[in-house]
Amino acid sequence: MEPFIRHTGTAAPLRRSNVDTDQIIPAEYLKRITRDGFEDGLFSAWRKDPDFVLNRPEYQGVSILVAGPDFGTGSSREHAVWALQNYGFCVVLSSRFADIFRGNSGKGGLLTAQVAQSVIEELWTLIEADPSLQVTVDLDARTVRAGDLTADFEVDDYVRWRLLEGLDDIGITLQHSDAISEFEERRPSFAPLTQ
Amino acid sequence: MGRTLAEKVWHNHVVRSAEGEPDLLYIDLHLVHEVTSPQAFDGLRGADRPVRRPDLTVATEDHNIPTIDVDKPIADPVSRAQVEALRTNCAEFGVPLYSLGNVEQGIVHVVGPQMGLTQPGMTIVCGDSHTSTHGAFGALAFGIGTSEVEHVLATQTLPLKPFKTMAINVEGDLPEGVSAKDIILAVIAKIGTGGGQGYVLEYRGSAIRGLSMEGRMTVCNMSIEAGARAGMIAPDQTTFDYVQGREKAPNGQEWDDAVAYWKTLFTDDDAEFDAVVDIDASTLTPFVTWGTNPGQGLPLSASVPSPDDATDDVDRVAIERALEYMDLTPGTPLRDVAVDTVFIGSCTNGRIEDLRVAADILQGRKVKEGMRLMVVPGSARVRLQAESEGLDQVFLEAGGEWRGAGCSMCLGMNPDKLTPGERSASTSNRNFEGRQGPGGRTHLVSPAVAASTAVTGHLSSPADLA
Ligand code: SF4
Repeated sequence: MEPFIRHTGTAAPLRRSNVDTDQIIPAEYLKRITRDGFEDGLFSAWRKDPDFVLNRPEYQGVSILVAGPDFGTGSSREHAVWALQNYGFCVVLSSRFADIFRGNSGKGGLLTAQVAQSVIEELWTLIEADPSLQVTVDLDARTVRAGDLTADFEVDDYVRWRLLEGLDDIGITLQHSDAISEFEERRPSFAPLTQ
Repeated sequence: MGRTLAEKVWHNHVVRSAEGEPDLLYIDLHLVHEVTSPQAFDGLRGADRPVRRPDLTVATEDHNIPTIDVDKPIADPVSRAQVEALRTNCAEFGVPLYSLGNVEQGIVHVVGPQMGLTQPGMTIVCGDSHTSTHGAFGALAFGIGTSEVEHVLATQTLPLKPFKTMAINVEGDLPEGVSAKDIILAVIAKIGTGGGQGYVLEYRGSAIRGLSMEGRMTVCNMSIEAGARAGMIAPDQTTFDYVQGREKAPNGQEWDDAVAYWKTLFTDDDAEFDAVVDIDASTLTPFVTWGTNPGQGLPLSASVPSPDDATDDVDRVAIERALEYMDLTPGTPLRDVAVDTVFIGSCTNGRIEDLRVAADILQGRKVKEGMRLMVVPGSARVRLQAESEGLDQVFLEAGGEWRGAGCSMCLGMNPDKLTPGERSASTSNRNFEGRQGPGGRTHLVSPAVAASTAVTGHLSSPADLA
């Protein structure tokens, strides 16, 4: 994974709460067996509306999504993270993320930065006034900057470290193979086997 | 200080813990299905890694399979390729698989408990958020994403930060006709779709203890709809009786050892929860959702809410949007909402007990003309059991469809879908926009409400039937 230190780009305001993973990527796209090419399914129902924010000319090329609270609720599908990344998003800002979605994002290298809803509202206003506004999300400093606005965001320490270093989780765990084998020795004999 | 149930199970599975790092937790059982696993197996292949414990891993086909003509090749080539990828992957990595046509095939969360693989005190994961279902046995069970699926396949562990714990106390007697589904819909409406975020919920109290294992699974299943990753219920005699004698359950001395251990799995009296929610079971009534997230629910006797009822601007916009999508007018009694399709099935309510409740209501009655009733058992075994009890005949004689096992219209990935604008009463767990098919409108209900609605043509409870 590429290290993620800071990112600057334009942002899109998504003025919706409870954006669930069925909206991010509907089930019909989950039949694919690859990790790429999901950009066409991102928000596919909403994108049928020509006025939907991502269809508007001023929001082409955005890489930061500024969303309402409870972003990513619903299913565990990691395709939601891939769809956002395949489309070009590097960061999602929200005042609250669903747990599984947030975990999946951290693994895949999509930064979910949690800020107060008041910051989201300010960002919405700023971006809508000037869609070309450059927004900087600095993972090292844990801040988001846009125009005169500077705000801190919350991100898990461990996820931040992994993203900054660009580390692969499985590789880290495999360093502890001995501890895993020792644990396996201690497991009760009544624990079920699948075969 | 004492420990909660969740903390005990967690503690018993810590492989390694270090300051500033997540705990490394051992996983006792990994359930796999066709949709969230292909990219994980690809990752293993790319890194030349084996599956560490194929004997703690089991796969089934459920999300993306047809529920008719199951003996024929899958018609949709994209779906077929995904199911075939699972078959190839399981063969290559030595993972046992229950394919379409096998008697053990079914929705992962129905299959695990039914085979006796789901047992108290275990850690269970699956690339599916409704893994919380298995918490009904006092297991710590939660959904994971595809990267984590790959991680568990490779290491049989997961790095995890401890959860907070929330007690949901449901005390008192449930009124007649009120079911586990109504309890959990009421819980979600009370704490909201984000209310459980970061928590493991422990359902407690006399109303919970009084539920069957099927009912407990329904409750734990929808913990995710309250924002929680897991829900748990302390195991008791009801749990032990359900597990005993199943194919993968321990026998003889091992059974005694297991039960002795399982009896230690409860929240200590002096343990503290991070949050507590109290619900009086005697005040509950049949519950239905009116909106597009599972927290937008009300008693069936209520009316469609108005944006003016909103507590803040975000909520107001959410209500307006939901009413528009659902094509509902504020003030309309929920009982007057006419429905096109009734879906009975899913990992929430696709078990034998659910089908019995529905059949009991439909016995000697007819599905209202012009309506569609689709009954999809949660597993091949549930289907066989139902057929041996003659339930299939009840559904067919009432004018319903009786299908093969799978997720089906719960998520509309296979051909079982709502058409745009079509309205369903569904025993599943998600009423998101387009969940059951693009443009489809979903009301989440219990099996009893679903069956009654099929008879009257509008949202109804058994009490509304003549
Ligand atoms: S029945 Fe529905 S909720 Fe359950 S596993 Fe299948 S798709 Fe998911």
